[in-house]
Amino acid sequence: MADWKESVENIVYSGRIKVPYKWYVGEVGSRFLTGLRDNKEFWGTKCPKCSKVYVPPVKNCGECFALTNEWVKVKDTGTLESFTVVDYSHAMQPVKAPIIYGLVKLDGASGSILHMIGNVKREDLKVGMKVKAVFADKREGTILDIKHFAPA
Amino acid sequence: MEKIAIVGVGQTTYERSKIETFDELVFEAATKALKDAGGEIGDIDNIITVSNDFWDGRTISSMAIQDAAGSWGKDISTVEGDGTFGALYGMMRILSGSFNTTLVVSHMKGSESIMNLITNAMFDPIYQRSLGIDATSSAALQARMYMEMSGAKEEDLALVSVKNHKNAKNNPFAQLPMDITVDDVMKSKRLADPLKVLDCSPISDGAAAVVLANEKGLKRFKKDPVWINGVGHTSDSYTLGYRDLAKPRALKDASQKAFKMAGIKDPLKELDVCELYDAYSYMELMWYEGIGLAKEGKGAELIKSGETGIDGSLPVNPSGGVISAHPVLVAGLARLIEATLQVRGEADKRQIKGAKTALAQGINGPCGQAHCVFVVGT
Repeated sequence: MADWKESVENIVYSGRIKVPYKWYVGEVGSRFLTGLRDNKEFWGTKCPKCSKVYVPPVKNCGECFALTNEWVKVKDTGTLESFTVVDYSHAMQPVKAPIIYGLVKLDGASGSILHMIGNVKREDLKVGMKVKAVFADKREGTILDIKHFAPA
Repeated sequence: MEKIAIVGVGQTTYERSKIETFDELVFEAATKALKDAGGEIGDIDNIITVSNDFWDGRTISSMAIQDAAGSWGKDISTVEGDGTFGALYGMMRILSGSFNTTLVVSHMKGSESIMNLITNAMFDPIYQRSLGIDATSSAALQARMYMEMSGAKEEDLALVSVKNHKNAKNNPFAQLPMDITVDDVMKSKRLADPLKVLDCSPISDGAAAVVLANEKGLKRFKKDPVWINGVGHTSDSYTLGYRDLAKPRALKDASQKAFKMAGIKDPLKELDVCELYDAYSYMELMWYEGIGLAKEGKGAELIKSGETGIDGSLPVNPSGGVISAHPVLVAGLARLIEATLQVRGEADKRQIKGAKTALAQGINGPCGQAHCVFVVGT
C-alpha cells in the first residue's frame, strides 16, 4: 500500500462500458443457425482431407487448413464428454445458478458442442451419458434456440 | 542463432486491489528491471508493452502506458496475451537485427473489473459467449476431462494447491502464502464442480518487466546475463470442443522445440527448477505431462512422489506459482523472472540450491490454447 493514502483521500472513479455490437454470423454460421431455428436440425461441415465433421460448422478445418465444403446433417443426440455445475451467478449467464455446462459429442460429429444441460439432478450427471437436444419454443436464430441438452 | 540474454528483471508485489494506477505499476516494474540490469532507459533500443483492452477498460490500452514504460522517442510495439509471448516478441525484435536491447513490460489490474465478465468475453460471441461460460467454468470442464482421462481424483488436484500456497510463504511478491491441507481444499466452496475456491488462482494486480539484450547490447549493462537457451511456442484450436482438452499437445510441441534448442533430452533430469502456469490446481498436473516430466495421465503420480516439491529433485513453482498470485498477462512473465532469479542464485528464501537450468511457461487463450516455454541458464 502506498504511503500517500495516509494523508490524501484515495478517490476511486467508477464507470461502465456499454457498446452495442452486431456480428455477421457468416455463411456457415447462418446455415447452421437457420437449421436450428426452422427445422430443429444440426448441420455441420466436413473436412475433405481428415473427414472431421465440425458442429457448429467451420469454414475451414483448423487442423488441415482446407476448405470444408461438404454439409453433413448430424443427430440431435450425443454423448456427454464433460460437465460442470456452476454455483455462482453473474450478469452474463442466461439463467440463474446453479447452471450446468456440458461438452456434448453429437452422434455423427467429430468434436463436441458446448451448451447447457438441463432436466437432470447434479448427482445423476455422468461423463458418457446419452443426451438429447431440447429446443426453445421461441427460436430466433441464436445458439439459445437450443434450450439445453437433457438425458436421452 | 544469435544468443539473447535476460539482463534485468523487475516486479511489483502482487495483491488484490492495489491502489496504484496502471502507469505507476508499469513505471515501478520498468525502473526495477533497469536498476537490476545496472542500466538506464537510454540503454533501451525498443519497448514491448503487454496489455489487454477489455481488462484495462480502454481501447488501444498499450498506448496509455507508454510514458510510464519510457518509450518517448523509441520504437514501441505491443502484445495482447501472456507476458511470455511479450518476451518472445522482444527477443525476436533483437534477432531481427534492428535492435540490441528490448524492455518488455506487462501490467494487470484484475481487481478493477469483474473477472467472470471479462473472461466470458474471450469466447466466440455467436456460439459460446451467450451461454455465460467464463475462465473458471471452462477450466472446470477441462479439469473433469483431465480427471476422466487420467483417473486423477479431486484430492490429487488439491495437492498442487497445498504445495504451491506453502511455497508462496517464501516469496515476498506472492499474494496468497498459506498453510492449507487437502481437506481445506476439499471443503472450500464449490465454484464450478470439480473446482473449488482453493483450486483457483486469485484475482490479482501487478506488473513485471524484463530487459533483454544480445551480446553487443549486454555491454551497456553491469549485470551478468542469464541466457535464453531454448524457447518454443505453439497454439491449438480456439474452440472448446474442437481440441482434446485433457491432452495439451500445444505444450508438448512448444516444450519439445525449446528442449531441442537448449539441447535437453530428459527434462526431468536436466532441469533444476520449473515455473508453470497453474491458474487452476489441475493445470500443473496436466502441464507436467505436456512438458514430458510425467507420462500421459501420470501427473498425479509425479506430485505424490514428492519430486516436484521444494525438496524434490525437480521443484515446480517454488515461488508459489500462479495459484498464489494471478495477474493475468503478467503471470507468465513473472514465471520467467522467477526462473531467471533461480539460475542467478538470487531467489532468496525460495532459492533452489545450485539451480543452473530453469523452465518457465506461459499460456494464452481459453484452457491453455497457446503455450510459450522458455529454458534459461547461466
